[in-house]
Amino acid sequence: MSTAETPVTQVEKKQKKKTVQWGDDPKIGFVEALYLPAIAGGIATALKHAFFKKRSTAQYPEQKPEMPPNYRGVHRLNRDEEGRVKCVACYMCQTACPANCIEIIAAPAPQDDPKWANRDKFPATFTIDELRCIYCGMCEEACPVDAIELTSIYDLTGMSRQEMIFDKEKLLSVFDETSKAGLDPVRTNRGALGPASEKSLQSADSPPPPGRGKHG
Amino acid sequence: MNWYEIWTELWPTLIAIGIILAVVPVVGLYATFVERKLAAAVQDRLGPNRVGPFGMFQAIADGIKIFLKEQIIPSHVHTFVYMLAPCISLMTAMFALVVLPYGPTPVNYDGGLRFVVMPGLDISLLIMFAISSLSAYGIILGGWASNNKYSLYGAIRSCAQFISYEIPMGLSVIGVILVAGSMNIETIVASQSSGDGISGWNLWWQPLALVIFFTSALAETNRLPFDLPECEQELVGGFHTEYGGIKFVLFFLAEYTHVVTVSFLTTLLFFGGWHFPGVPSEVTASYGILALQMLVLLVKVCGVVCFIMLLRWALPRFRFDQLMGLAWKGLIPLAMLNLVFLAVIESLEWHRWPLAVLSVVLFVAAGYWSAWQSQSFVRKASVA
Repeated sequence: MSTAETPVTQVEKKQKKKTVQWGDDPKIGFVEALYLPAIAGGIATALKHAFFKKRSTAQYPEQKPEMPPNYRGVHRLNRDEEGRVKCVACYMCQTACPANCIEIIAAPAPQDDPKWANRDKFPATFTIDELRCIYCGMCEEACPVDAIELTSIYDLTGMSRQEMIFDKEKLLSVFDETSKAGLDPVRTNRGALGPASEKSLQSADSPPPPGRGKHG
Repeated sequence: MNWYEIWTELWPTLIAIGIILAVVPVVGLYATFVERKLAAAVQDRLGPNRVGPFGMFQAIADGIKIFLKEQIIPSHVHTFVYMLAPCISLMTAMFALVVLPYGPTPVNYDGGLRFVVMPGLDISLLIMFAISSLSAYGIILGGWASNNKYSLYGAIRSCAQFISYEIPMGLSVIGVILVAGSMNIETIVASQSSGDGISGWNLWWQPLALVIFFTSALAETNRLPFDLPECEQELVGGFHTEYGGIKFVLFFLAEYTHVVTVSFLTTLLFFGGWHFPGVPSEVTASYGILALQMLVLLVKVCGVVCFIMLLRWALPRFRFDQLMGLAWKGLIPLAMLNLVFLAVIESLEWHRWPLAVLSVVLFVAAGYWSAWQSQSFVRKASVA
């Protein structure tokens, strides 16, 4: 203050001190003021990375990343021991789906066929719009028989939107491929099955059904 | 003077011009490739490696892609100046190469093969600086014609930066001129020759001038840590925000040409040009020796270019007031003091070793002064 200081009370002084706070430049030492040591340090760091550190690039199409087994990718429809679709057309997943991407049309199981003797219903059509899906995994949470699951397939591509609407056959073929390749998701047959599930899973001494994951 | 004489004088010039026109764009393209590879190495990545062996043809692919792009001229620009600016930018950048010897050139050139467009020019260094200052025009006109506030900000910053850093650059080079006694680049290089090929370099007499020159030259090239005219975080793209396709390439090429020019100047003025231990210092007519000397020069230049690219990943960007403060409060006083002491020592015809000591003393003193100023600077907490 260049002008003569006007008499102010202690309280006013304190308040004034608090109202204006200056952010001072940080004080620098001699070595910092020289600039060059810091520049040399920066170059040393850059060179250390250039010559002594391992490159972290993954050469993608040749080098595929190993996805964690609980990754949520493309859906699959599981088959049971007899190769039938596990789904019992209960509409739980369709109801749970926040993106409305699942569409099921249920039909009564063919009663004259002995293969379907222990089933009431089965899905006549089961379509999932993979473009609309948000891969939240709520369908597999909702499923009482572990029929729908998300696999760790992440590189889903297609030439048209129509191509990306997966029907029942396609979803079953995803199951065939992934179970053959040993890529079953970690949630497969996690044991919390409802009463609609087949008997073999409920008895502990029976052999595991096809499609049972190594993580199961 | 008959036609034959004119022709014998003309053909080396035409060849030199042709070499510059042909080589500079390729060098510019490959400089981007090298820079990307270097950046990747510093950041623990691989860099471009898909096009050709080791990604060698990435530069060509980039060139083809960008030359085939649609030419868009925004509706709000001043069309003529907008088109003119990148041309000026590249033209001045290339024109500055006219006086730069890119191979061994004798002081008294008299016909025959040569590696400089204008040999034996007494004021070649002066011309060099005069022309490279003009490159500010390209940036300023481009920024103004874009009719975009960010472009204009970039252009204004660039203008201020150019004006500020011309001064320490010129002052530090005057020291070199005084020591060599000439403004001719070839003479300056010849003055750095010595028996062992390394002890004559200006680097040993004027390390401070080298630091000042290199810092200001970096600022002139608009590269990090002084790339304020085009810093993406603050100004979108700076002066070239509105430019795309081939017009952007011209700006880009101009920037890389500047980098090459600066590297050549640093090498020629401070690192002894084509002088190196084991390499004959005389410029002779022998092609083998000429090739060897040229190789030495080009390797040194590549080293400086790589150093500039490395600096980009080693240093953060300056704030604009820090940038101005560095030029006006740091480099200019230092360069002036250095110049005065150097002039005294040269006029007294002393030995040159005090110059090296002087540089170190000045540099340390500047550091002490800066630290002391920072420590003792207590801001008055004034409320009124």
